[in-house]
Amino acid sequence: MRTICLYFQVHQPFRLNRYRFFDIGKYHFYDDEFLNKSILRKIAEKCYLPANQLMLELIKTYGKQFKIAYSLSGIVIEQLEQYAPEVIESFKKLAKTGCVEFLGETYSHSLASLQNSNEFEEQVKLQTNLIHKHFGQRPTVFRNTELIYSDDIGKRVADMGFKAMLTEGAKHILGWRSPNFLYTNAIEPRLKILLKNFRLSDDIAFRFSDRNWEDYPLTAEKYAVWLNNIDKKDEIVNLFMDYETFGEHQSKETGIFEFLRELPNRIFASGDFEFHTPSEVAEKHQPISPIHAQYPISWADEERDLSAWLGNEMQDEAYSKIYEIGEKVLQTKNQDLIKTWRSLQTSDHFYYMCTKWFSDGDVHIYFNPYDTPYDAFINYMNVVSDFEILVNQALENTKTTKKPTAKKTVTPAKKTAAKTTKTLAEKPKKETAAKKKTTVKKSATTAKKVAAKVEKPKKETKTTIKKKN
Amino acid sequence: MKILMFGWEFPPHISGGLGTACYGLTKGLVKTDTEILFVVPKAYGDEDTNAARFVNASDVETVGTQIELEKLWGNISFIQIDSTLVPYVDEKEFNLCASLETVENIEKHKDIFRHKYNFTGKYGANLMEEVARYALVAATIANNNEFDVIHAHDWLTYAAGIMAKRVSNKPLVVHVHATEFDRTGENVNPNVFNIEKQGMEYADKVITVSNLTRNIVINKYGIDPKKVVTVHNAVDFQGREEIAAERNVNDKVITFLGRITYQKGPEYFIEAAYKVLERCNNVRFVMAGSGDMMKKMVRRVAKLGMGTRFHFTGFLKGDEVQQMFALSDVYVMPSVSEPFGISPLEAMRSNIPVIISKQSGVSEVLKYAIKVDFWDVDAMADLMYGLVTYPSLSKFFVKNGQAEVNSLKWENAAVKIRKIYDQVANKI
Repeated sequence: MRTICLYFQVHQPFRLNRYRFFDIGKYHFYDDEFLNKSILRKIAEKCYLPANQLMLELIKTYGKQFKIAYSLSGIVIEQLEQYAPEVIESFKKLAKTGCVEFLGETYSHSLASLQNSNEFEEQVKLQTNLIHKHFGQRPTVFRNTELIYSDDIGKRVADMGFKAMLTEGAKHILGWRSPNFLYTNAIEPRLKILLKNFRLSDDIAFRFSDRNWEDYPLTAEKYAVWLNNIDKKDEIVNLFMDYETFGEHQSKETGIFEFLRELPNRIFASGDFEFHTPSEVAEKHQPISPIHAQYPISWADEERDLSAWLGNEMQDEAYSKIYEIGEKVLQTKNQDLIKTWRSLQTSDHFYYMCTKWFSDGDVHIYFNPYDTPYDAFINYMNVVSDFEILVNQALENTKTTKKPTAKKTVTPAKKTAAKTTKTLAEKPKKETAAKKKTTVKKSATTAKKVAAKVEKPKKETKTTIKKKN
Repeated sequence: MKILMFGWEFPPHISGGLGTACYGLTKGLVKTDTEILFVVPKAYGDEDTNAARFVNASDVETVGTQIELEKLWGNISFIQIDSTLVPYVDEKEFNLCASLETVENIEKHKDIFRHKYNFTGKYGANLMEEVARYALVAATIANNNEFDVIHAHDWLTYAAGIMAKRVSNKPLVVHVHATEFDRTGENVNPNVFNIEKQGMEYADKVITVSNLTRNIVINKYGIDPKKVVTVHNAVDFQGREEIAAERNVNDKVITFLGRITYQKGPEYFIEAAYKVLERCNNVRFVMAGSGDMMKKMVRRVAKLGMGTRFHFTGFLKGDEVQQMFALSDVYVMPSVSEPFGISPLEAMRSNIPVIISKQSGVSEVLKYAIKVDFWDVDAMADLMYGLVTYPSLSKFFVKNGQAEVNSLKWENAAVKIRKIYDQVANKI
């Protein structure tokens, strides 16, 4: 039997307030709560709730035959908790059926996997814990932000204990090969790789209601025929898409829910396919070969690379800045600051700055709070500026709170000694700051370089620690 | 003496120095026993700005009601935005000092408009047609009013001035606040250039706001030097309240405030900022304003990796400008070509030391402003650094600048202009 693997992505970012220069140092609320709430409520009512209801009905109808997988970013769970707790409840119901698998990803839907710090692992830990807390499952399959994948990222994911990972069936890594098989990571063969069949996935996600499409209107019947027409040797069809496809990107009126309701029936009628979750796919099928992805790929845009988030000057600057201050943020040990820092890492912030298309990124306007990519950049950098001030203040405070206890016992002679040690302690910091600057400048050139260069900061922190000692 | 003055208005915003200058000037003139009839096209901000649609709507036969005519006039102002011209102060303020006649008032003369329609044929997006339209209205106004001298501000109103002169045979003074060379560098629009040249040639006197502009008028437009007189702008602080803005950041703030266009030299400010940030990190830079070069500037700032130290505010309205000044430690005007430039005076008034380019008219009247070539980024960076690092330097300029700027009065400029009126009026 051949396999159909359905996975849906659930994510909404925390969109930022209009944050002006005049606000820097004054207001520290960055999230546009009203906008976030209204968007989330809208999507919950149009998509999450009815779609979950439908999935539940399908599972009831077909029992263990119908299986699906979800990936929820930590950030969307946070918002659901706040604004639409009934959605969490309905996901819990789905989890209880045993037919639904939850995947692991980064907590804030971030690009941390391109960084060489521990932030990636840290965020995965946070997200998987949250999934466990809500749905009682520990994810064993990983899906990275926007299906970003490379050999190195795969290796890191395998090291974290995941047994499989999802990514795009990008033509430039597949070549003549078919995405409809199980592959393995090129470095760590234990990690199975599931590749998205982007033609069949996008038929639903993007083309379903496109009246200019030659196959419009798409019916479950027609779609089942297409599935059956796939080469008989092919083993798996991975249909990966945004969950918002159902009811939001494709509105209810297009008939998307009816399509989904009817699809399993049509598929079972042909008798050739069964539904499996990603972890079952990894168990059931034999990988046919390793797949090589030297440079990161993703599921975004025609290019299937990182160019939706990184590559223009603004994106590179914003991206390197937010990770540049990471070390300081973690030093503060202030949970609020760390949380804000993580939410500022959300890939959507960089997506809004994209200028790839002729009219400065028209395609990226969906739920985009900004008029232009330039506005997005200006706003984001203003927020980061203020955030940096908060972080520096927090660091200062931790320093000053330590000082007085030392002062009490220090005699005048010792005071000078204390001073010198203090300056010594400060020195290495300045050096790292200077070094960082140079690395940042370099890394601002291209996204790939950023990814390649991440080794550096780690080494530097080690040297500073030594000097301090 | 009664003056027929032509300007353009776009309430409620003032987006540049021209509006401010006209306001101050008219106020000053009233004190010299001069009566002013100020003509401005009335703009409606909430108009349907789709010019193309008006082409059909403006059929001669169908234009009958006053409302429709008002709409048309609103539309001219819309085109004005595209022409990068600066508008005037709002009408309420004008009512204080000068009698105001807007086109709105004469729209009742439907015959005139009928006539005008026949003349221009159609209502298009062509700016030149709008200029011609304004000129025609000007002719009507000139016909219906008594006055001694015609005074036209900047090229959009020159045609109006010429028409008024033809109809009335009264002397014409054109006031050059900016030339096409200032606005575009060497890429002049020949149509605009021709209108400017024609206006200056037809005028009995040409007033320029600085010697810098006077030289351009003489050299680039070939106008007889005897005819061209410089009357420096002044600054009017009446009714202006100093806003005490709360400082939220400890860093020094260096500000650029103006349209982000070629003329204002924003890129030199950015390059200088980068050099300063290389040396010290207790400084923030603000580029306040908007304009056609903004996107390029944002990218440049990102490229230089100073996004958290260099901020863009977009266009500032009303009090925000004052607030911006109140938050600034240094004001920089790196204009490539600035006929005058009033904003440094406002900065000085707000107790901020200023760095201005030598290529600005205002540098001719200021002693206590630091002058630098706009292209000399190193010098500019050096001065920025000095002003934020050495308090004594900054204090010196603040103290003397305040006194200097208070001595620049529109009354003095008005007296000079009144003399020019007398000269041209007596010749006839």
